Amino acid sequence: MDILALEAKSQNGAEAEKKPTPKPKPKAPKKTKRIVYFEVEILDLKTKEKLLLLDKVSLMFCAAKCLRDEEVLQTLPVGTTASFYFSDMGPQLTWGTVFLAECVGPLILYLMFYFRLPFIYSPKYDFTSSKHWVVHLACMCHSFHYIKRVVETLFVHRISHGTMPLRNIFKNCGYYWCSAAWMAYYINHPLYTTPHYGQQQVNAGLYIFLVSFGFDILNVLFISGSKVKKIPYPTKNPFTWIFWLVSCPNYTYELGSWIGFTVMTQCVPVAFFTIVAFVQMTVWAKGKHRSYLKEFRDYPTLRSSILPFIL
Amino acid sequence: MASSEEDGTVEEKENNNKKRTKSALITAWLTFYNIAMTAGWLVLAITMMRFYIQKGTHKGLYRSIARTLKFFQTFALVEVGHCAVGIVRTSVIVTGVQVCSRIYMVWFITSSIRQIQNEESVILFLVVWTVTEITRYSYYTFNLLHHLPYFIKWARYNFFIVLYPLGVVGELLTIYAALPFVRRSGMYSMRLPNKYNVSFDYYYFLIIVMLSYIPLFPQLYLHMLRQRRRVLHGEVIVEKDD
Repeated sequence: MDILALEAKSQNGAEAEKKPTPKPKPKAPKKTKRIVYFEVEILDLKTKEKLLLLDKVSLMFCAAKCLRDEEVLQTLPVGTTASFYFSDMGPQLTWGTVFLAECVGPLILYLMFYFRLPFIYSPKYDFTSSKHWVVHLACMCHSFHYIKRVVETLFVHRISHGTMPLRNIFKNCGYYWCSAAWMAYYINHPLYTTPHYGQQQVNAGLYIFLVSFGFDILNVLFISGSKVKKIPYPTKNPFTWIFWLVSCPNYTYELGSWIGFTVMTQCVPVAFFTIVAFVQMTVWAKGKHRSYLKEFRDYPTLRSSILPFIL
Repeated sequence: MASSEEDGTVEEKENNNKKRTKSALITAWLTFYNIAMTAGWLVLAITMMRFYIQKGTHKGLYRSIARTLKFFQTFALVEVGHCAVGIVRTSVIVTGVQVCSRIYMVWFITSSIRQIQNEESVILFLVVWTVTEITRYSYYTFNLLHHLPYFIKWARYNFFIVLYPLGVVGELLTIYAALPFVRRSGMYSMRLPNKYNVSFDYYYFLIIVMLSYIPLFPQLYLHMLRQRRRVLHGEVIVEKDD
């Protein structure tokens, strides 16, 4: 019995020995890292004089804050050694350039439709003028709105030294220019229909537009110019009183202008643009409002972001 | 001090219980939804097969399933809601584009234009949709129940390679077949002058819809291929170069 058991054992052992041992899988060859080195010239901001040349700079991603143009190396809070990370951001444009392109485009496009340039409507309407007074009013309002934005971009707004990728200009301008063309096509169309409630509706729309437009201009004039980051509070000036209620009155007034323009023209494309603009401005205003709440402990709790007591 | 610590642990327990209850409810709802959708599309498949066996022709098939199809295809909007709320981790845009394009095909093309309901292309996309949806919803159901048969997983990530292009061809041919009827009838179109001061030509809109398939289809198809590589082959797709 024992012998049989031993035989069986030895047979099993032999079988086990016969079984091929699993070979270790050959490791995949290590992927060689491709490191691209750059030559970086550091220039003086004002004189553009070459300060030094860094020979071998590799591009790395770093989530740290970017240095501003005004910052001086000596005053930076670092020890004796500091690591600088350079990143190639590709072709960039300043915010100012983008804002100007966004605003000048709609201004020119609208006027092209207003003067009914050839190839827009049928040839018999080339360079003709609309018989409806509201069409001329709409042109003035639209033009003033975008002229105001151009002037603000050039002389009022403190645009940061930040830039945005070149491709963004196509996206942003595409949206503004196409919207302006779409609105202008129907408002200046020879078959344009005046608002349902006639002159009353036109007057109401114009009033809303002018109040919002005027308040926005006056608000900008009284608030702009301060470089200090502080909570904006209303002053004795009545145009600043909206700061009791909203964090971003410029967006509130902008929305008011577009609502007025929609009422005045009674045009679906304008209404559509107003809704889209409202959604976008609400997103921006909420972001600003959130950053104010985070930055300032004593920020007024009564304030909404864009619509008083609502949003 | 000790009491506050105890309070903290009690609060944590309560939060954990709430989270568990919430996730259980979500899982229950998703399971119910996916079972209902699988059943719905199975009913559609059986109805289509029975019709074809009995009549021997595809003519009149669409009308026989129209109501059921409309219901279950429209009910897919709930999926977009799931993505928007965040109970399903999928892109709202990807899901939205797919669901809305199908709802559009059902409501604004096939159901609106009677003359094209007997086209072969309609049957083509209906068969494709049915197979795809049965596979997809059953995959989701089994996944939620943690009993996923390999065949269903395999089907979910392989059938689409053939079915997706076929479905797109069916949809495009159907829209193309609808163009002459839309032009003649002027349906869903608005002409100036009108009090809204806007014009809309459904004929040109359909052409734009057809052209929109050119950029959208490859994106969705490549997205599915990436998913397939990840699920079936366990590949981790890294976009950045080392």
